[in-house]
Amino acid sequence: MKKYLLLLILVLGISTLLAGCGTDTENGAENNQGTEESLVKIGMVTDVGGVNDNSFNQSAWEGLQLLDKDLKGEVKVDFAQSTSDAEYIPNLTQFVKAGWDLTWGIGFLMGDHVKTVAEQNPEAKLAIIDAVVDAPNVASVTFKEHEGSFLVGVVAGLMTKTDKIGFVGGMDIPVIARFDAGFTAGVKAANPDAKIIYNYTGAFDKPDLGKAAAATMYDQGVDIIFHAAGATGDGVFNEAKARKDAGQDVWVIGVDKDQSITFGDDITLTSMMKRVDQAVYRVSKELVDGEFKPGLIQLGLKENGVGLPAENPNIPADVLEKVNEFKQKIINGEIEVPSEK
Amino acid sequence: MNKIVKFFTKDSSLIPLMAILLGLLFGAVVMLLGGYNPLLAYTALFQKVFGDLYNIGETIRQITPLIFTGLSVAFAFRTGLFNIGAEGQFVMGSLGAVWIGTQFALPWYIHAPLAIIVGALLGGFWGAISGYLKAKRGVNEVITTIMLNYISLYLANYIIANYLRAPGQQRSEIIQDSASISLNTLSEFFGYARLHWGIILAILAAFVFYIILWKTKMGFELRAVGFNPHAAEYAGMNVNKNVINAMFIGGVFAGLGGAIEVLGVFKYMTISASLPGYGFDGIAVALIGANTALGVIFAAILFGVLEFGAAGMKFVAGVPIEVIEIVIASVIFFVAASGLVKFILKPFRRKEKGGAVE
Repeated sequence: MKKYLLLLILVLGISTLLAGCGTDTENGAENNQGTEESLVKIGMVTDVGGVNDNSFNQSAWEGLQLLDKDLKGEVKVDFAQSTSDAEYIPNLTQFVKAGWDLTWGIGFLMGDHVKTVAEQNPEAKLAIIDAVVDAPNVASVTFKEHEGSFLVGVVAGLMTKTDKIGFVGGMDIPVIARFDAGFTAGVKAANPDAKIIYNYTGAFDKPDLGKAAAATMYDQGVDIIFHAAGATGDGVFNEAKARKDAGQDVWVIGVDKDQSITFGDDITLTSMMKRVDQAVYRVSKELVDGEFKPGLIQLGLKENGVGLPAENPNIPADVLEKVNEFKQKIINGEIEVPSEK
Repeated sequence: MNKIVKFFTKDSSLIPLMAILLGLLFGAVVMLLGGYNPLLAYTALFQKVFGDLYNIGETIRQITPLIFTGLSVAFAFRTGLFNIGAEGQFVMGSLGAVWIGTQFALPWYIHAPLAIIVGALLGGFWGAISGYLKAKRGVNEVITTIMLNYISLYLANYIIANYLRAPGQQRSEIIQDSASISLNTLSEFFGYARLHWGIILAILAAFVFYIILWKTKMGFELRAVGFNPHAAEYAGMNVNKNVINAMFIGGVFAGLGGAIEVLGVFKYMTISASLPGYGFDGIAVALIGANTALGVIFAAILFGVLEFGAAGMKFVAGVPIEVIEIVIASVIFFVAASGLVKFILKPFRRKEKGGAVE
């Protein structure tokens, strides 16, 4: 019996030690909770990409962090990371059940799950990026990718020397179709003679496929490729880098973020930025101000939801001028950019 | 009273219990070093799991597939085979279930059972491929099961993308209501936790696992092959047949897991970039559960509770995900490394033995 006594004492001893450490912080947490009541709490749930995915999840979290910085003491933000499909609903529910004021679902893949949680908790407010959820308590944010793609299409049309331009897509889904349609229209508007070669790789996470697609295109005389293919596009950049080092004059147009930051100005002509961070910031800010509106929110050039980066060292001034002309025309409604081919 | 003490001081239950405790203590030290409050974190973990009905229901949902894949690996292990392919068999089970679930319109009393059976048989078939190659051609089952995992993933992606896909989506159509195995009324009572018949099937499966292995002639042969294939062959048993049988039945368990996950939880199957992970967890579940039916259930509960409760540790106690992963891994590490636990407990036990002699 002795050994169990000894063990028991050991365990008890350690737990009291831990409890001792715990008390202070616990009181601290309780004090926090006192003020927490007045905070507007905004949570987000990532899809399986996680919060450091170098793409829209990260961008969304950056938007919330910026909000936290700008409205110090007024808001509380947090995220939950999903490691599998099965966790979307529990993660969303966790925020909703704890009474958070707004819960974001990030990404197209979470559409069904946000809808389910919204229907089960009609009093909660939710929001989603890149999908349309038809529920009275959900704000759905989508982007007019075709408008931004039109502008990079103009850049490509004006700057190509071979009159051959490439488009590498991820999967053939509605979002990517918008990139495709807008880009095609932009190229045609700026340079009717240019020929576009398309390649849908069928995956967003296969850089090797992107590299192979880019190699084929460059071999066919293409000098500028626009990719809308997530991590598959990394392969396009790799191939361009190799060709550039070998003395070929080739370019890539990046997507979602300013990709020249990752891949360098020597191969990145420009990027079609999709401002998930600003969208998250904007809708969350509306909630804080008491102006949250459920329903569909479409962000285009006018709302600064898509567009080129502020700095474009590789684009000559006259081309930029042309781009801005088109941008104004789209904003004024003089040009209607098609969203489908 | 004495009986209860005896039950908990038996080696077979004492060692895992102490291991969990040691793992939690080690995790606590890690959290203290990182400047987080371990007590708050562990309270949050258990509150997340047992705090309300919704979370209890979702924890059961998390545990269910782990029981199936754990049984799958454990069954093959009893015959001396290392089934790394529970993952692929799980995917095939899901594929079979989603195919029947979306493509046919049948009355519910045929539809759901048929979807489950087809899923189970596809999983079994997938396992039997490795079993056949091992038995007839001597190909190592570790290699074939790993490779079949990837084949199943991309095969499923291809079939969903080309034949079962919902327009404009990255997933299949939703299964017909008649194929669903959700417990809707009970689920509503549990705050819409995704409860389904799967947990009942899982416990039944564990029971069947026990019956086959310990109460039938086939089970005796399977275990004999596991202990020593040469002796089994010398005793007149057909080793090859038993190898194929073991992999088939193991595959059926994993396939069942995949089928109930589709029919009870998701109602569709996605075009997925990576394997679901339940099969790999199943390896650890089987090993921690010492390849017994009851052990697998308890190990699956441990895994499920830790995995599901982890979200609470971050949400309430603010512990970063990386630290939580270390804590979970160290609990599992200590449970798996029972030799280490025995070594740590040794000084205490020696005293006990001395006392007994006096």
